[in-house]
Amino acid sequence: MRKLLMGNHAISVGATLSRVQVIAAYPITPQTQVVEMLSEIVADGKLNAEFIKVESEHSAMAACIGASTTGARAFTATSAQGLLLMHELLHWAAHGRLPIVMANVNRAVAPGWTIWTDQNDSLSQRDTGWIQFYVADNQEVLDTIILGYKLAEKVHLPVMVNLDAFVLSHTYEAVEVPDQEKVDAFLPPFNPEWKMDVKNPRAFGGLTSSDVYMEFQYNHHEAMEQSKKVIAETCGEFEKIFGRKYGLLEEYRMEDSEYVMVTSGTISKTSRIVVDELREKGVKIGILRVRTFRPFPGEEIAAALAGKKKAFVIDRNISYGKSGIFYDEIKGALYNKGMNLPLFGFVIGLGGRDVTPAHLHEIVDYGMKHDRPTEEIIWMGVKK
Amino acid sequence: MTEKKPIKTTIPEHEVMKPGHLACQGCGASLAMRYATKAIEGEAMFTLPACCWSVIDGPFPYSSLGLPLLHMAFEAAGATASGIRAALNMLGQKKVKVIAWGGDGGTFDIGFQAISGAAERDEDILYICYDNEAYMNTGIQRSSATPYGAWTTTTPVKHFEKRPKKDMVEIMAAHKIPYVANVSVAYPEDFVKKVQKALSMEGFKFIHAFAPCPSGWKIKPEDTIKIAKLAVQSKIFPLYEVEYGVKYNLTVKVPNPVPVLDYLKLQGRFRHLTEEEINIIQKGTDENWDLLMKKLENK
Repeated sequence: MRKLLMGNHAISVGATLSRVQVIAAYPITPQTQVVEMLSEIVADGKLNAEFIKVESEHSAMAACIGASTTGARAFTATSAQGLLLMHELLHWAAHGRLPIVMANVNRAVAPGWTIWTDQNDSLSQRDTGWIQFYVADNQEVLDTIILGYKLAEKVHLPVMVNLDAFVLSHTYEAVEVPDQEKVDAFLPPFNPEWKMDVKNPRAFGGLTSSDVYMEFQYNHHEAMEQSKKVIAETCGEFEKIFGRKYGLLEEYRMEDSEYVMVTSGTISKTSRIVVDELREKGVKIGILRVRTFRPFPGEEIAAALAGKKKAFVIDRNISYGKSGIFYDEIKGALYNKGMNLPLFGFVIGLGGRDVTPAHLHEIVDYGMKHDRPTEEIIWMGVKK
Repeated sequence: MTEKKPIKTTIPEHEVMKPGHLACQGCGASLAMRYATKAIEGEAMFTLPACCWSVIDGPFPYSSLGLPLLHMAFEAAGATASGIRAALNMLGQKKVKVIAWGGDGGTFDIGFQAISGAAERDEDILYICYDNEAYMNTGIQRSSATPYGAWTTTTPVKHFEKRPKKDMVEIMAAHKIPYVANVSVAYPEDFVKKVQKALSMEGFKFIHAFAPCPSGWKIKPEDTIKIAKLAVQSKIFPLYEVEYGVKYNLTVKVPNPVPVLDYLKLQGRFRHLTEEEINIIQKGTDENWDLLMKKLENK
């Protein structure tokens, strides 16, 4: 059924269709509609689940960890400061190899107080061991929650679905809401091999020595690496049932392109306008959208950029004293491939400053005019 | 030869805890767990925040508890137990009891918010705090459970603890939860009975267990029980319970109280105290007791 949904409702519908059993969440702008809608759905008995109205995001993740270890499908949603408060337990969930799915509405970090979008909240959780997706429309929001559980429960890793504050969270779009039967066929009930079980009492997360700790980390990393293949597989299964195609990356007009805009999140969709306009003028340009940030699809990005003349990486985030974060990671991925294409790193739209087609044209113009970047960050629209 | 009479035990004989745990000699926390688990009838699951018991249980892949156990971050026991509870409810295992088991640091201090949240939501869990009155696992640093006068490594002798112990039982009672109680490892019958009572009630229950720490209190391992007993007999640690925040009941009477000095003088952590400071402790103890007696009238 086609419905008009805001991003936050797409999250809630995705979680409901995934038949989550335990929800523990704390309200934060701009995620609040997720908490509101899901608490109503549960209270009305439309979803058979327990909703724990916790007193903090830290407790939200703790409750999800408790629930998931006990064998229930657990869900939470947060944003910015809330995600940062969870940080310790993000590691815990991932080290515990728990298939929790969380929606994070990308909001810039205070101070100064702000509720508008950028990606620094989730990108600063890079090394917690969570799978991270960055989605670009509300259909993808809903679908990635369902896909996320399938994937998480296959590879025993938690999944974070990131969407831009307001640009998606509060924007209504037509979304195809799949039938429950189809989702059930795609996503069977959660039945983990290892869980807290009174019939088989075991301790989870106990004291380890250096004799075993490193092997846990190795296994965690291997699972993350493996998940690249599993993402492709799972997306294939999803496409068969629902007819919508997703992957590690998304390409737009890339076939014969010489120039590439490398994007993530909703900027990818704005970039399509720019690419279409430039194509009209004969500029051979395309878009490579990084949908999966962890595991990082370095090989796949390198393959997609092979033979291109230039690439323009657009970051709505920053690693202070370095560069845009996607830019940094992509540059690293190309080095051992012997690839030396000029790679420009643009930082734009922090704290929700609008990113319009005009800005993106400016980015392409800059890239076209310069042989190579001379700085790690090319700031766009900053008042110096 | 005279015939030996069989010993009649007044607490359950079965043991849940397994041998091989890593507690120090004379550890009150390991005794507390032994009594608590004896009181469990039926099935139960545990979660532990960071505390001595994170170590006592044993290194991976061993576990001495004998029950399913989720080790958790320091401040997270109340919320983790809530999540376990919710999952069990969803999986058709409402009868399985959920017990959070934390030290005083993870309960009085860093875990306080999550416990208060779980209590306010009246989650159907039992939270037991084994209180050894400082951060013992990290090497004896003061917590808000450290009493006035005590030496710790962060309240050295010249600058001993100046604040009174936080009254966690009263704070929890103020949440109007079904059950709050003090227990002591020196009174196993009272201990077991209270855990049994708590587990028979629905909603959030909080039990505060007095658990001496020989290495942290500078006492002899063989004096753990003696000192725990003196804490009760000197009125420093009254054994009482509170139902729904209003119904108070003293479970162990103290008809012949001893001066606090008897309790203090056996412990190296109080060795530096002068008569004046001991008088301050005696006065504070008497005042607390009088206040409790007034609450007990509200039966």
